[in-house]
Amino acid sequence: MRIWPVASGVAWRTLKNVFTNPSLLVPSIIFPLFFFTAFAGGLSRVAQVPGFDFPSGYTAFQFVFVLLQSAALGGVFTGFGIARDFESGFARRLLLASPNRSGIVLGYALAAAGRWLVTALVLTVVALVAGMQVGGGAVDLVGLYTLALLLNVSGILWAGGVAMRLRTMQAGPVMQMPVFLTLFFAPVYVPLDLLEGWIEVVATANPVTRLLETGRGLLAGSPPHVLLAYGLAAGLAAAFLAWAMRGLRSAEAAG
Amino acid sequence: MVATQVGAIAMRSIARTVRQPASFIPPLVFPTMLLAVNSGGLASATGLEGFPTDSFLAFALAVPFIQGALFSTMNAGTDLARDIQTGFLSRLSLTPLRGSALLAGTLGGVVVLGQVQTAFYVLVGLAAGVDFHAGLLGIAVLFAFASIVSLGFGALGSFMALRTGSGEAIQGLFPLLFVFLFISSMNMPRDLIEIDWFRAAATANPVSYLLECVRSLIITGWDGEALALGFGVAGALAVVAVGLAAVALKERLART
Repeated sequence: MRIWPVASGVAWRTLKNVFTNPSLLVPSIIFPLFFFTAFAGGLSRVAQVPGFDFPSGYTAFQFVFVLLQSAALGGVFTGFGIARDFESGFARRLLLASPNRSGIVLGYALAAAGRWLVTALVLTVVALVAGMQVGGGAVDLVGLYTLALLLNVSGILWAGGVAMRLRTMQAGPVMQMPVFLTLFFAPVYVPLDLLEGWIEVVATANPVTRLLETGRGLLAGSPPHVLLAYGLAAGLAAAFLAWAMRGLRSAEAAG
Repeated sequence: MVATQVGAIAMRSIARTVRQPASFIPPLVFPTMLLAVNSGGLASATGLEGFPTDSFLAFALAVPFIQGALFSTMNAGTDLARDIQTGFLSRLSLTPLRGSALLAGTLGGVVVLGQVQTAFYVLVGLAAGVDFHAGLLGIAVLFAFASIVSLGFGALGSFMALRTGSGEAIQGLFPLLFVFLFISSMNMPRDLIEIDWFRAAATANPVSYLLECVRSLIITGWDGEALALGFGVAGALAVVAVGLAAVALKERLART
């Protein structure tokens, strides 16, 4: 059964909803800019902490975190839309009408990616205007945005899985909080070497730390453990694909 | 008579908060989590020349007090907006209840929640080994300050609810309040903020003075300037916000 007609229809509808509704579009663009401003602007003196040695400067250091954060949360925000579709009854009609229901998950994932790409574009332009130094070449930058895109896919598949199981907007905190916390339990403000105590232990075990380090390295032009980072990102996406597909079956069973 | 009315409305406000875990758990848990993350992640910032303490946890402990108060705005506003949307306020307007008693009672409930939050954050700080330099008297001053701040932010939320009559509009305030919190001296003393426009924005932001008042009691001891600025800003906020809320309530009751 062809998957594309369903996927493109769901993606088109979701993107149209987002881009014609300022209350959905504006927060997903403003929040990353706001975090970028607060961190890169307010904490730039942190670059003078002994041992801080990121070559592209603190603005670039924070840009990568905010880019990855916007990717993951962009996926989660699209998951809110899935929950809203279930609450309004639209998702049940969609399930009935779709010849290939896997296309529904693919459609939401495409919409999440499209939505995030706009946020990433705005964020990148603002960072460059703010004087961000880019040490990496074109291949490095493609690598950075690809890494973020994989995180975006993981975000929507995680949130979509939750939305299809719980089928209510009240599941919002369940979708958002684990992602938010996992991101903040990484070396957000300083490199891993400068963390101390419990946060160092947690950040070392946190897979997002490797993605963040590789992303920062790509922007600076000297990425560490690239294969490990891509392997982790792809693994997360695959695991959450299974989670989302099981969520879809759960929604089908609920009728 | 008025005292009885205030007491009844305040009890209702408190009972409603206690019955809804979503109203009082996030104001306690989210600021504590942010405190844990920031104090862990920015501990090395205490190595910067001129940083006022060697414990970032002590430095950052001021943030939950003010962040919790910001939640008061949301709670007070959302509760009052719900009363308007469900018609409860319209029914109240048919009773002998005075408008001033309604406002005082609602804000009384918010202040009680503010005291609970303050006690929680003081205990978190003490449990984490923070030394309150202003001592026991300083902690008492902290509770008094928290009352004024909760009153001010609660009145602000009430004003918004009375003007808009919409819980969604109040929820929409949340990002704006966070902007005020983040563009402040929340994570770095103002004199150590390197970017000129950010330092200027933090200096113009009244939230910086609220934070610095609390922070002075924790890491400095007794700093007259920080206390005067903090109490001055909090007092002005409370007076203006209560005044605006009282006018808005009068207009709202006239309309119902």
